[in-house]
Amino acid sequence: MYPANTTYHRAGSVAEAVQLLADNEGAKVLAGGHSLIPAMKLRLAAPQALVDIGHIAALRGISLEGGSLVIGALTNFATIASSELVQANAPVLAEATGVVGDPAVRNRGTIGGNVSHGDPASDPPTALTALGATYNVSGPGGERSIAASDFPTGLLENALQDNEILTGVSVPALAPGSGSAYVKFPHPASRYAVVGVAAIVASQGGSCSSASVVIGGVETTPTRASSVEAALVGSDLGNDALDAAAAAVAGDFTGDPMSDIFASDEYRRAMAAVYLRRALGIAASRAG
Amino acid sequence: MTTRVFSSGIRRREDPRLITGRASYTDDIKLPGMVYAAILRSMYAHANIRSIDTSAAAGQPGVIAVYTGADTEGALNGLPCAWLIPNSDLKTPAHPAIAKDRVRYVGDAVAVVVAETRYQAEDALEHIVVEYEPLDAVLNPKDAAQDGAPQLHDDAPNNVAFTWAVAGGDADAAFADADVTVSDVITLPRLIANPMEPRSAIAQWVGATGELTLWNTSQNPHIARFLTCVVTGVPEHKIRVIAPEVGGGFGSKIPYYPDEAITAFCSMRLGVPVKWTETRSENYLATTQGRDHIEEVEMAATSDGKITGLRTTVYAGLGAYLSTAAPGVPTILHGLMYSGAYDIPNISGTIYGVFNNGTPVDAYRGAGRPEATTLIERLVDVLAAELGMDPVEVRRKNLIPKFENGHDVVTGLTYDSGDYGATLDTVLDAAGYSALREEQEQARGEGRLMGVGVSTYVEICGLGPSQVAGAVGFQGGLWESAIVRFHPTGKVNVMVGSSPHGQGEETTFAQIVAEEVGVGVDDVEIIHGDTDLTPMGWGTYGSRTTAVSGAAVTLATRKIKDKSKALAAHLLEAATEDIEYEDGRFFVRGSPDQHKTIQDIALMANVAWDMPEGMEPGLEASAFYDPPNFTYPFGAHLAVVEVDPATGQIDLQRYIAVDDCGVQINPMIVEGQVHGGVAQGVGPVLWEGVVYDESGQPLTGTMLDYALPRADGLPDIEVQSNTTPSPHHPLGVKGVGEAGTIASTPTVYNAVMDALRPLGITRIDMPLTPEKVWRAMQDARNGG
Ligand SMILES: Cc1cc2nc3c(=O)[nH]c(=O)nc-3n(C[C@H](O)[C@H](O)[C@H](O)COP(=O)(O)OP(=O)(O)OC[C@H]3O[C@@H](n4cnc5c(N)ncnc54)[C@H](O)[C@@H]3O)c2cc1C
Repeated sequence: MYPANTTYHRAGSVAEAVQLLADNEGAKVLAGGHSLIPAMKLRLAAPQALVDIGHIAALRGISLEGGSLVIGALTNFATIASSELVQANAPVLAEATGVVGDPAVRNRGTIGGNVSHGDPASDPPTALTALGATYNVSGPGGERSIAASDFPTGLLENALQDNEILTGVSVPALAPGSGSAYVKFPHPASRYAVVGVAAIVASQGGSCSSASVVIGGVETTPTRASSVEAALVGSDLGNDALDAAAAAVAGDFTGDPMSDIFASDEYRRAMAAVYLRRALGIAASRAG
Repeated sequence: MTTRVFSSGIRRREDPRLITGRASYTDDIKLPGMVYAAILRSMYAHANIRSIDTSAAAGQPGVIAVYTGADTEGALNGLPCAWLIPNSDLKTPAHPAIAKDRVRYVGDAVAVVVAETRYQAEDALEHIVVEYEPLDAVLNPKDAAQDGAPQLHDDAPNNVAFTWAVAGGDADAAFADADVTVSDVITLPRLIANPMEPRSAIAQWVGATGELTLWNTSQNPHIARFLTCVVTGVPEHKIRVIAPEVGGGFGSKIPYYPDEAITAFCSMRLGVPVKWTETRSENYLATTQGRDHIEEVEMAATSDGKITGLRTTVYAGLGAYLSTAAPGVPTILHGLMYSGAYDIPNISGTIYGVFNNGTPVDAYRGAGRPEATTLIERLVDVLAAELGMDPVEVRRKNLIPKFENGHDVVTGLTYDSGDYGATLDTVLDAAGYSALREEQEQARGEGRLMGVGVSTYVEICGLGPSQVAGAVGFQGGLWESAIVRFHPTGKVNVMVGSSPHGQGEETTFAQIVAEEVGVGVDDVEIIHGDTDLTPMGWGTYGSRTTAVSGAAVTLATRKIKDKSKALAAHLLEAATEDIEYEDGRFFVRGSPDQHKTIQDIALMANVAWDMPEGMEPGLEASAFYDPPNFTYPFGAHLAVVEVDPATGQIDLQRYIAVDDCGVQINPMIVEGQVHGGVAQGVGPVLWEGVVYDESGQPLTGTMLDYALPRADGLPDIEVQSNTTPSPHHPLGVKGVGEAGTIASTPTVYNAVMDALRPLGITRIDMPLTPEKVWRAMQDARNGG
């Protein structure tokens, strides 16, 4: 539990952070430290330098801009979960951030760090992908945005390029008439998601007009349940329809499976169907 | 006039400093000139060491020294095992502090670096180059005992460290004649004790005087001194062991470890104080673990549910070496308890203590008794199912009837006192048992898997009569001593040889003194944990501190009272026989207004201006208490669970504990002990267990994977108690530190199996993780 030697740099602005990353070979961004510091203590990570972005005030906060929520990268889970703006416009994100770890983790861990780290068992990326969020990035080449669904490129790998920093996430507000839910099977030790399901359904005139369903924990990156979505759209969102839609999920697991001593890939897939059905039931009851 | 504090739930005086972070633990201590040790541990479960190259490490910044097994060989004696159970063909293979030729578990010490800072020491570890020749490893204790299994020690064929048998009556005849027999295989997973404070040691060798001081996270500093003497060769009177604040132990701080020996060695070589503190990851590898049993068990009975026999074959994993008390745990503390709360006329058990390529196993809260209680209580439920009887009825039929002064069971023990039926009645009443069964009927009708589990238990604690300790091969005594010292102002210091580390005896011992001589409870300070300041004692484990050390405090205080009476008689110009005592005042019978308070007496005794002829000055007494028998607390627990048929997740909905630990000095502390104990006993049923891969790598190496019990997984634990005093104890107390852990494992296991009974599921290996339960349900539904 004693990290290897490293140097520490505190950035005052995003531009300075990008510069510090460029100037320091083997540097890593430090945000809430709740993934990076444990990895360093176990010497699984040994960055030669840390660039602490935790004091850049501009990266903190939640606002509604032109129909989208904009959440600064440094905003912690507790703030997001309790934000009225988030609860009103993206309740599934409030739910997902509200079940991250425990209160200490929710007060320290940041949305930007969580997304950048990209643990397959994380909660927020599942909700953000279902919401169709985009991630705002700043780097030596300027600013750009990346769709949440394009962001992860493999196990703990993402589309950020060298010396790029995630500055925030933009989340389109849910359309009126939508219902959503995030349900989670927490690992008894780590509290990460063995399975986490984010479901959003919209209903018009008694029929499902759109559906977005994403599953975390089962594969190395969040799984979009396209077959489930297809089965939902046009249905009456009644129990039979939800049963049938949930059963369709089996065909959606095409990526690299997750498996550990607590839950095999087979069990995770089976639980995904169970939790998916539960999420659909709640989401449907909230829609319309 | 003092308020009576005995038997009242006054707050623990320990808590303010513990809760506000003002307590000082071993790792908080910084000595001038102190340097830091870090230990390189084997990454292999089993390997020959071909070579070790420390030269690069020695050249790293801040590094003062690097030592290997070649350096400690000859300088440190091997680590001794201190519980040599007789008649068991016990093998005691060498256990060097640092492995030299062969490593036998992931975590075995291979080298030590001493540096100016802890960080430098850790960095340098990465520069030690060890060439290993990996060997096959074996972890399952039954597999390890079979022909052809990888061998750990040349002098322990088939890895069998001992074969110990318990027998009473004629079990084989009972089985031959039985109306019905049932059997089961029960596994109790390997458990990590997880004290909040990891282990730590600081050694300070002063060459000029030949004195070694060791600050150590020990539950038993006097034993640590004794064993430090054995391992380092420093004479016992030149060793001082200090256990400052110790942040929990649960048994894992009983043993004497290689690490404190290595730390002492480093200080003796370098002539400066050396500190070593384990990291949490190291704790998961190098600190002794608990349980690791495979139990093949069977029960014989009549067709109306009277138990006639019990037979067991147990494979108890011991890890790679014999830890300090290891052999006694699955034998004396386990096999002798096979009668439980029941009258079982015929018992036979064979216990194989087996080496395997895991962390050494030793006492862990409950130590041997949860393993015994689980097999008995599980078999009772299996028997009830076989006979179509209510499990409570089978229990009632077999419970030992109430007794007040001694009951012999066939394993050779004499229980002290018991009213087992009463605790069972109390728990059933509290739970509303018949309503629960009706509710269960209804739930089953709705396809819900609700289960009710009941367990009784008897535990052996208050260890124990020293003569018995000797007879069962414990290489020490099991008595305790105390010194009670009154100062001129009437304030009191009590020095005890036991070493509480979270249990609250600083509070309860003060309550004893207050009760016996009427001083204010806050006028009494309990001093423990320093071999130079406290009289000899064998330590805090085995639910023995209140029962044994508390008795010594009581007897010493009673001597104070006797002397005070004599002194009061002198001062009041009366005969000692005419002096009465009440609430801290001594007076001549019939004239309570004319009295001397205990404070008056303390002052006079200390200034000694007017003492009776021949009376020594001072008001101080010591007592040595060697218990005439063990104490046998008991109880009955009940749990209600519901299993999610879709996921296998288990919801523990209610837990009711009814314990009878004899007289209670502080009911709030008793309740706290039950709460923690229950949580730790539920752990292996629902969550906990070390998992190794084929090669012996632990896969539960951090708290990310090793699931500890947490508050949100437990219901509000409902605690009640009965009081059946121990007939032989000066206060009638028995002990309660382990009760919860002993009862809750079988209680919750039985509840889950009860929930799954409609599916025809009869056994699943603990821990009952959701996937295992789900698979069992899938198999059952598929007719498997
Ligand atoms: C006990 C515990 C339980 C947990 N349980 C859960 C859980 O149930 N669900 C869950 O989702 N998570 C859980 N987590 C993880 C938690 O959410 C972390 O806080 C999060 O994953 C990382 O965020 P952070 O701000 O702490 O990032 P850090 O640890 O500081 O950084 C993580 C990684 O992201 C990089 N990084 C950080 N910020 C940025 C940025 N703005 N731009 C580019 N790169 C960046 C860092 O360089 C590093 O590689 C748990 C953590 C702990 C310790």
